Amino acid sequence: MKKPMERLRELRRKAEQRLFERKYQARMRITVGSATCENAAGANEVYERLSALLKKHQLKDVVLSRVGCTGKCDMEPVVTIVSKSAIPSKYIHMKPDKVDRVFESHVLGGKPVEELTMRYAAGIHSARQVIAVCGGAHCLKGDAIALEDLFAQEVAKAGLSDHVTITSSACHGLCECGPVAFVYPENILYQKLTPDVVKKIVTQHLTGGRPVAENVWQGERLTNRFFPIFGDVHFFGKQLRVTLRNCGIIDPEDLDEYLAVGGYEAAVKVLTEMAPLDVVNAVTKSGLRGRGGGGFPTGVKWNFALSQKSDEKYIICNADEGDPGAFMDRSTIEGDPHTIVEGMIIGGYAIGSRQGYIYIRAEYPLAIQRLEIAISAARKAGFLGKKIFGTDWDFDIEIRLGAGAFVCGEETALIRSIEGERGMPRPRPPYPAVKGLWGKPTVINNVETFANIPVVILDGPEWFSSLGTEKSKGTKVFALAGKVANTGLVEVPMGTTLREVVYDVGGGIRNGKEFKAVQTGGPAGGCLPASYLDTPVDYESLAAAGSIMGSGGMIVIDEDSCMVDVARFFLDFTQDESCGKCTPCREGTKRMLEILKRITEGKGQEGDIDKLLRLADTVKRTSLCGLGQAAPNPVISTIKHFREEYEAHVREKRCPAGVCAALLCYVVDSVKCIGCGACKRKCPVQCITGKPKEAHVIDTTRCIKCGQCLEACKFDAVIRK
Amino acid sequence: MKSEFFQKELARAKEALPGEVVSFIEERCSKSHPESHLIAVLHKVQEKLGYLGKEHMNAVSVLMQIPAAKVTGVASFYHFFNFTPRGKNRISLCLGTACFVKGAGKVLDKLKELLAIDVGQTTQDRLFSIDVARCVGACALAPVMIVNDKVYAEVKPETVAQILGEYGFQSSKVAQITAKTTASKAGK
Repeated sequence: MKKPMERLRELRRKAEQRLFERKYQARMRITVGSATCENAAGANEVYERLSALLKKHQLKDVVLSRVGCTGKCDMEPVVTIVSKSAIPSKYIHMKPDKVDRVFESHVLGGKPVEELTMRYAAGIHSARQVIAVCGGAHCLKGDAIALEDLFAQEVAKAGLSDHVTITSSACHGLCECGPVAFVYPENILYQKLTPDVVKKIVTQHLTGGRPVAENVWQGERLTNRFFPIFGDVHFFGKQLRVTLRNCGIIDPEDLDEYLAVGGYEAAVKVLTEMAPLDVVNAVTKSGLRGRGGGGFPTGVKWNFALSQKSDEKYIICNADEGDPGAFMDRSTIEGDPHTIVEGMIIGGYAIGSRQGYIYIRAEYPLAIQRLEIAISAARKAGFLGKKIFGTDWDFDIEIRLGAGAFVCGEETALIRSIEGERGMPRPRPPYPAVKGLWGKPTVINNVETFANIPVVILDGPEWFSSLGTEKSKGTKVFALAGKVANTGLVEVPMGTTLREVVYDVGGGIRNGKEFKAVQTGGPAGGCLPASYLDTPVDYESLAAAGSIMGSGGMIVIDEDSCMVDVARFFLDFTQDESCGKCTPCREGTKRMLEILKRITEGKGQEGDIDKLLRLADTVKRTSLCGLGQAAPNPVISTIKHFREEYEAHVREKRCPAGVCAALLCYVVDSVKCIGCGACKRKCPVQCITGKPKEAHVIDTTRCIKCGQCLEACKFDAVIRK
Repeated sequence: MKSEFFQKELARAKEALPGEVVSFIEERCSKSHPESHLIAVLHKVQEKLGYLGKEHMNAVSVLMQIPAAKVTGVASFYHFFNFTPRGKNRISLCLGTACFVKGAGKVLDKLKELLAIDVGQTTQDRLFSIDVARCVGACALAPVMIVNDKVYAEVKPETVAQILGEYGFQSSKVAQITAKTTASKAGK
């Protein structure tokens, strides 16, 4: 009987062989991004069209498949074409008609349509080779900028400027070998760069075609799959992909592809070479902390559960991603579901649990479907079920659906919901690690936490803990959205500043507007103003600034949003989602919401702001669970940083951002008005008067502030105050 | 041996639900911790029937041997379940943070105005119903509106009527109904 690791390696060889026959040896591989958001942007039509075209032309040497999303939401749908000895072409904003063009020129003619690619959008118009010099913090200390300049000089000297583009790339997580640079399309990673090495690379490699062997990095790490495909464009900025290492790279519905990227090796290593305590110690040593928001050290949590004596224990993956504006768990599952399964196998073994549950919200049908496919494929391959991987260990996973209750993200409420009850939290202790699902010791971790586990095992806890800050290790995925130019998923090393995320990765504010605040942590988090932009993103720094890391939602707010209204929005959400079990949360949030509503309606009274703060303090300190304890955060942080906006609403009955309808007033600028009557015709309550060709007047007492006159006016004569 | 009354109730309960749901319940109840599958069963009922009627929840109660009060209690706790028949075309507007910041509120106002119904209601002709979603996770496309399974990105108040038009919405028809109801109210 073969040893489990040999068996897995053989399975991998077979998988690679199948992939080779089916895909790798093909002249061209086309992948279409297909997560929920990509499908919403039209990825399905694009896929259908490509598949129809392939059939029509009967191309046998071109393969088409789906992958998860890369997180570049504002460029979706993305189609990637990989062919031998060429830099992969990433086509953005694909539509069926663009597909026809690309198919004609690139697939049939072999000539990429440059102007539709991500590279073109990044300002690189045509290049045979790209050198991406790492712009991560460590490499910058090693003077990466000077090296980039030197590359440019040397390339120019060699007369290669038209063919070689030099750009700066994201951190590769190879800080100990820095500065590093990646050369496309050869996919060679150079380490320990010095001016001499740079000169050598240009003369020997770029001109002579012989790589500088002594400086090539030969290692292998799970996280290094992303760069060969996407690293040549700086859109991915200062990102480092650990959690999302396979998203957008592999076909999430194909176990072979996961096996080919080292899948399940961590699980087999753990099951055959490590005792449960070793696993727990490795995770503790890595410094990995819960990515669901709380930031509790994962290893410590596992240790609690391991030390419990019980005939049954459970491990649960919390995929009830309820924060509005957060979608990294969904994307991780849709792009790389096997990672979660593997992380759970490892976690189950570490704590002594033979049954795992994934609690996922019903709003994510595609993620559920991909998990089901992954679980059944893993069962078929013998990775789940009895005696997994040929060892003596049994482990299986069951999917349980949520039903739209935000509070079920709280661990004790989640347990109640899996038990088929109303999802209401209970006081802790006892913690679930002692007494959880059906009264048995239970560990609950977030999707992102599980996704990090195989990396911790295979790339080692030492490497993992070399990323990030002193107390927050590794990377964090953020769902960057709102009024920022590049929206999408970004994964950055802990300790990256908010400014770097919003400006370097996010590309700054859309339409040249003024930055006002960044909201992190969803409804439990806070709004931080411009003066806090240099706050590093880690658990402690964000908490000290008055917000939280949370699950990773990051919404950028510009001058057009009213902060009182934003606070009202979040409180409206938490108030509605309060389960009603404890009084401070049930009543407190309601009263706070009433006060906020009356402030936005212009009925605010003197003293309301202090009353809000007092109530907030009580709710924060006396609520039963995290939902109530964090519910006042958006209110407290907006009052702290934008008190003058609250005061303008209360005292002057004015909304500085022009959002709160009740406080608005529409008037006609008599100089600009030419008396065309367009506004008069549109007004639903006939409160605009004036003769043709004369300035019109709005009767503000009868105006219902619908804003239709403002939209109708072609001369900007209607003003909202 | 179960009583005759119980057998009758059981038969009635089986009739109240589609056969597929009944076999789903039987399959789930044969596993360990059968009561924990209640939410999955309710999902199945809603998936097949579009909503959870009182008679359906009572049937679930009998078949799963869980008190009706608890079935209703669980169902009413979760936002995902609804208790009235929905429209032929289910409109779901995302009011997540990203959509909100980008003006989903105005889109909702326009929807309500055009269809003359509130959130959670169904139009008289049963053609449309409006629901509000809590972030569907397509934040880059905000504001997002979903009709049945189709996702509409970057919806503006001005484009709402056009989208509804794809599903047989005629603005004049609703305007007439609204006018009638206003008139009859005025008459009273």
